[in-house]
Amino acid sequence: MSGGFHIVVCGSLVPDPLQTLEPMEGPTGPALKNEMMLPAVLDPWAGHALFEAAQLAKNVPDSKVWLVSLGPKAKLQQLMMSIAQKVSFELVAIDGSAGGFTDPFDVAATLADTIDKIEGLDRTRLLLFGGCASASRDSGVTMQMVAERLDIVDQFLAVDKLTVSSDGALEVLERIEAGQYQVSSCAGAPAMLGWATGSLPEPPNNPQVGMMNMRTVMPALQKAQAAEVGIGGLKYAAVELPKQRRETRVVKDTPAEEIAQEIVDWLKA
Amino acid sequence: MNIDRQMMEVDIACVGFGPATAGFLHTLSQAMTAEDGSVLLESKVMPGMPLQVVCYERADDIGFGVSGVVTRGKALRASLPDLDPAQIPMAAPVRDEQVLYLKDPLGKSRRSSGVRMLDRLFGLLGVKDHAVKLPYIPPFLCKKDGLVLSIGQFSQWIGNQLMGSGLVQVWPGMPVSEPLLEEDRVVGVRLTDQGVESDGTPGPGYMPGMDIRAALTVVGDGPVGPVGQKLDAHFGLPAGNHQDEWAGGMKVVVELPEDCTLQPGFVLHTLGYPEPEIFGFLYVYPDRVASLGIFVPSWLDSPVRSSYRLLQHWMQHPAIWKHLKGGTLRSWGAKSLQESGQRGEPVLAGDGFARIGEGSGSTNLLTGSGLDEAWATGVQLAEGVIELAKAGEPFSRTNLERAYLGRRRDSWVEKDARIAKCARDGFTRGMVPGLLGMALSGMSGGRFNVGGAFRRPWQRIPAFKDYFSGQLSAQEIDTIVEDCRQHGKPPFEPLMDKLGWPPIEYDGQLLISHQDALLLGGKVQAAHGFADHVRFVDPSACDDCESQICVAMCSGQAISASEGGGVPQFDREKCIHCGICMWNCTSGRDGDPLRSNVSFDAGSGGLHSAEN
Repeated sequence: MSGGFHIVVCGSLVPDPLQTLEPMEGPTGPALKNEMMLPAVLDPWAGHALFEAAQLAKNVPDSKVWLVSLGPKAKLQQLMMSIAQKVSFELVAIDGSAGGFTDPFDVAATLADTIDKIEGLDRTRLLLFGGCASASRDSGVTMQMVAERLDIVDQFLAVDKLTVSSDGALEVLERIEAGQYQVSSCAGAPAMLGWATGSLPEPPNNPQVGMMNMRTVMPALQKAQAAEVGIGGLKYAAVELPKQRRETRVVKDTPAEEIAQEIVDWLKA
Repeated sequence: MNIDRQMMEVDIACVGFGPATAGFLHTLSQAMTAEDGSVLLESKVMPGMPLQVVCYERADDIGFGVSGVVTRGKALRASLPDLDPAQIPMAAPVRDEQVLYLKDPLGKSRRSSGVRMLDRLFGLLGVKDHAVKLPYIPPFLCKKDGLVLSIGQFSQWIGNQLMGSGLVQVWPGMPVSEPLLEEDRVVGVRLTDQGVESDGTPGPGYMPGMDIRAALTVVGDGPVGPVGQKLDAHFGLPAGNHQDEWAGGMKVVVELPEDCTLQPGFVLHTLGYPEPEIFGFLYVYPDRVASLGIFVPSWLDSPVRSSYRLLQHWMQHPAIWKHLKGGTLRSWGAKSLQESGQRGEPVLAGDGFARIGEGSGSTNLLTGSGLDEAWATGVQLAEGVIELAKAGEPFSRTNLERAYLGRRRDSWVEKDARIAKCARDGFTRGMVPGLLGMALSGMSGGRFNVGGAFRRPWQRIPAFKDYFSGQLSAQEIDTIVEDCRQHGKPPFEPLMDKLGWPPIEYDGQLLISHQDALLLGGKVQAAHGFADHVRFVDPSACDDCESQICVAMCSGQAISASEGGGVPQFDREKCIHCGICMWNCTSGRDGDPLRSNVSFDAGSGGLHSAEN
């Protein structure tokens, strides 16, 4: 293939899943209680997409990775100090809500518009990466809508593996129902891949990578444009905490059969 | 596995992001460039650019896992004259201060004859809810015109501004394992190896920790930080100094019940219960949120001290519970406090390094103030560094002693520290001499005090039979200890039960099991690929240990007893990095009696909450 890939990863922050999240009615609509105080992490599925993108860019010469992040600017800055140490990318920041009460339609429109304006991006070499769903409850539709708006017709969801042949053709391993996998092929970029977990572990923190990334991260944050992605145009009929009972224990070295039996007993009870 | 260790050069490397480092970076960053963006303090490693300044923080984000605080805010306000508490989450001006002497409503605490006399004496002032409100707070303890703060939220607030300036870089999730020493010169730091097994041997994805070489290393890694520890091991403490006094602080953040009448800025200090030596605090933030907790000191000479259970008994004292009942736990955490103050001061500056903050002995034990002093030491170092950088002078011991130590010694931090130096010595003899010593020191400006009886923390822990003499028979103790040993459980809970302390009735909101506090309120997480940072140096010492106090005091239940006794288990994933295990051990280390048998090194992970 001539030239590498231009990989754009859509991914942003979500409240740390270790936290107890409590929806509430805020002055501008529904929000999470103490949202700006909650620790934020990179959306886990988007994280897998980013790590796969970085690995692919490393293996295919002349490739480049952009990370397009939509979230509150102050929280994005905080998040970048964690993930910018892991892999190389160029940040494109958008200042907007990421608390989960956003409209995927608006989010997709904003992301597509932003990607369209990335300077130097070659759409013929574009691989659009993202999570197949989001921990911020986007219902798994955002990436398809972004792809549609960018005229990308080859779309793959719940991807666990991508193999690139020497001519740039793609072989994609997708999860489908009932624990089955599907292998698909396409001629090459442009394509959209919504990642499941992939196969790469989280990279270690590397200070040199962090120092390199920060040269572009801070200017990107300063340039971040504000975006309306739900608040105002969307009306929620009701928002409430699920009526679930949480019972947490830590067990180690317990056989899977024993755990399964306990769950069955609990369900029967 | 042969992988080269990478190296990077910066001008200034900082270790640990707390109030001291924040004060340092805030002051330094303001002097690095002019308003037009031109460089005022030029980098030597990147000529033409401003000083290259990086800070490595162990926790996964800045501000994770620290504590609530009340401070006069003198140094903060000097640096931040426009400081508006309303701009910082969980901050409020101090409005009302109270000190409560708590009597024992259960009659289960160990009260010496002196403490029983105090009970009677204070009782003359009028008892309500088994507590006595002291009519007078000595000026040295008052925080009038001060602030209540969450250090976590304050750190995030100031950290965001610092990182937003683009002049300094603060990297969380990056533990530093040791200083790089060339004879007596510190030439930088070594980051912790990643991709290793629990014993430190290289595993998949092995990446040796990078060497960060710097002209100046700023050590602000707190009282149990590995870089500070290793510098102490290399240089020793100045003659006459020691770090024998410690406390374990355990706290919770609580959403107060709707009918709670406490107002933001309310400050409550307690003493007297659940054991006389345990001090408590409650600070009220805006939006009906409070930070509250206890300090368990090393001079609480009990082999069954367990902060978590003691905290729950303290919360249920009628004078406290009336404010909390119906509230909900939001967050929980713990930390070690270095309680030797100026007497614990290490070597503060040398060739290529300087120490600031709590680990540098800046905490004032008379006024019960640490944040302001820590911030001030960071500012003083920054002012010294600016002076040296402008003059093009090297960061040598002589220059740092003049530019940094000179400022510190001439400041109010030093003046107040001298007054406080011996203020708490009396506590090493008991509660009453301790209170008397504090009062004498405070009222006389440090001229008078009650002398101490200093011992290493591990020398203070008595045998069960001595401690429970007259309360439990030797046979009762042996039966409990042996049963616990066989079942791999620590004996502190059964022993407290046997003494008559009532079991904690969990309500699922505020009173929850230690395990649930860890999962629901503590939010602990550990990145993979790091080695265990807690080790038991001499296994035979653990075989002979009766109390297993490291298990009892482990804030995160990361240390657990082994079946049949012997070396306890350590679970890195549950550790909150409070370092309390390091000084709660019954054995000194062979050939190094200043240290205990527990080694506490650099590691990743810990609490995932900045609400503390």
